[in-house]
Amino acid sequence: MASNVEKHKSDGTLVGNTLEWVDARFPLMSLWRDHLSEYYAPKNFNFWYFFGSLALLVLVNQIVTGIFLTMHFKPDAALNAAGVPVAFASVEYIMRDVPLGWIIRYMHSTGASAFFIVVYLHMFRGLLYGSYRKPRELIWVFGLLIFLCLMGEAFFGYLLPWGQMSFWGAQVIVNLFSAIPLIGPDLSLFIRGDYVVSDATLNRFFSFHVIAIPLVLVGLVAAHIMALHEVGSNNPDGVEIKKYKNDKGIPLDGIPFHPYYTVKDIVGVVVFLMVFTIVLCFMPEFGGYFLEYNNFIPADPLKTPPHIAPVWYFTPYYSVLRAVTFPLFWIDAKFWGVVAMGAAVVILGALPWLDRSPAKSIRYRGPIFKTLLSIWVFGFVILGILGTKPPSYAFFGVIPGAPVAQIFSVYYFLFFITMPWWSKIDKCKPEPERVTG
Amino acid sequence: MKKTFLVLIFAPFLAFASGGELHLDKAPDRSGDDAALQRGAKLFVNYCLNCHSASYMRYNRLKDIGLTEQQIKDDLLYTAEKTGELMRISMQRDDAKVWFGAAPPDLTVIARSRASENGTGPDWLYTYLRGFYRDQNRPTGWNNIAFENVGMPHVLWELQGEQVAHFAEKADGHGNMVKHFEKFELVKPGKLKPEEFDDAVADLVAYLQYMGEPMAGTRKTLGMFVLAALAVLFVLAYSLKREFWKDIH
Repeated sequence: MASNVEKHKSDGTLVGNTLEWVDARFPLMSLWRDHLSEYYAPKNFNFWYFFGSLALLVLVNQIVTGIFLTMHFKPDAALNAAGVPVAFASVEYIMRDVPLGWIIRYMHSTGASAFFIVVYLHMFRGLLYGSYRKPRELIWVFGLLIFLCLMGEAFFGYLLPWGQMSFWGAQVIVNLFSAIPLIGPDLSLFIRGDYVVSDATLNRFFSFHVIAIPLVLVGLVAAHIMALHEVGSNNPDGVEIKKYKNDKGIPLDGIPFHPYYTVKDIVGVVVFLMVFTIVLCFMPEFGGYFLEYNNFIPADPLKTPPHIAPVWYFTPYYSVLRAVTFPLFWIDAKFWGVVAMGAAVVILGALPWLDRSPAKSIRYRGPIFKTLLSIWVFGFVILGILGTKPPSYAFFGVIPGAPVAQIFSVYYFLFFITMPWWSKIDKCKPEPERVTG
Repeated sequence: MKKTFLVLIFAPFLAFASGGELHLDKAPDRSGDDAALQRGAKLFVNYCLNCHSASYMRYNRLKDIGLTEQQIKDDLLYTAEKTGELMRISMQRDDAKVWFGAAPPDLTVIARSRASENGTGPDWLYTYLRGFYRDQNRPTGWNNIAFENVGMPHVLWELQGEQVAHFAEKADGHGNMVKHFEKFELVKPGKLKPEEFDDAVADLVAYLQYMGEPMAGTRKTLGMFVLAALAVLFVLAYSLKREFWKDIH
């Protein structure tokens, strides 16, 4: 980083004087230079590079709308005079009686799904261009921790509207912990704070959702960006722009993030907001995928819905969980399902050390990577679809879903486990010295 | 390669084959038709809002659909004192549980919760409210084609009359005989002709849909304005980007 310690000198105006005063006491100008005006990013970013800044935008959206929702939402499972849980009724109160409440609520509920869409695409970009490779391993690991937090945040938040899917989804997931040998039953009791999901659970999930996880999340996002700006951004060619610098030490293929990428990202933001508006204003339920229909029924601990499906963004991992149907070492299949689900997320963290390919970017990688990655993405989508269906589901009514989910779950892991071997022997094209186009 | 890749990714979505057992009749779309919504509100208050509450809905919200404060007060306020009150009922839930087997659900968002792979919430309600038939095996004497063994009796029987359902035995894929609904037969006419009854139910369903999300119309109108504004912003943002990037090669 071309950070110089020069302090700001006033040009005699009020703004100049203020800046000089602040800069003498706080590294304002050097922060601005290091992270924006003199942070040199490769000039060849493409479509896939919008999703980092968009993820930040959605995070801000979730926090700001969340603050306003917290002002009106009541985490209370007791029944009101009309026999409806207070929490459920308070969501409808926000939707009807709070001025603009419905927009804020839909921004939050649509934002939750948008967050996962944007983050999945952001992670996929990393896979395409080898962004996790040396020296960016730690950026990737921080990113994975962010993803874990996001999953926790979504899980805790989904209980809050206290609908049938909120309740039974939480019930199913917390029960999974009871499969852990010895400590399981006590652990799930500890998580719930009660023998079933109840008011105690609602209140602690609320606390985790509005403060504990967001705090960690924001800290991790800061660490993610700091690590990125320490080593510099990767690019679609997967070559280091820092190899060729001019006499001032500026990478020849680098351009200052501000103004070039700020003005470019604004275009991305506007397009994103258009898609977001279309969903929010014309299909806020998104066919039952963003807001599940059953969740418009207040939670009823005595009435189990016939089919409990997690929200779409968890379904690939839910499929992996369900794919384990046999006990192992005298421990319940459910336990191994939980282990498999956890491992499916955590294994992503090992990626920087599993990939031994000479080329980083898919542009210069060989046919093995392209084929195996395509199948992996296809399998991930299939797992996601199957996760929304009951285990008895069959494609076109003939191809049974359960074994398909098992095959793609095994493939999901094999892709990573065998990567050190196949990534080494894959026939890569030579990488260019400088970035192209 | 790129194309094959895209085809592969989207192929699974084509495989969605939803197997719906129940055929739902399409509810006529009357959202935004204030006259229909007002007729629906009247039916709702007269026939539903005695056992069912709509406890997230305030009476004075009905000004949305063109009613005046005075009209609401004169024509619709049976169980409340002030128009600012919620549509609550005086029946106790514990009593209701004893009388019907289950407390009648709150209806405010019923049109949203009844959506499924088989059809929209309004479609389900339109089928359900027209689907009561005589069944002597049920304690109420009524059964329903969309909701088997439902606890609710046919509240609109005066209007529709009484119908019986004809079933045929049909073999399913596994060689078992299953009952298959064929048609309804009106055995005792009601106050309304069948077309008039369907029309009235359509009004009621339109009202239930409106009540499920009173701001649904606003959100669509607002959406058009926001999109138009974003389109203008896009042109500006894109021009700005091009201007800045002119000299980057």
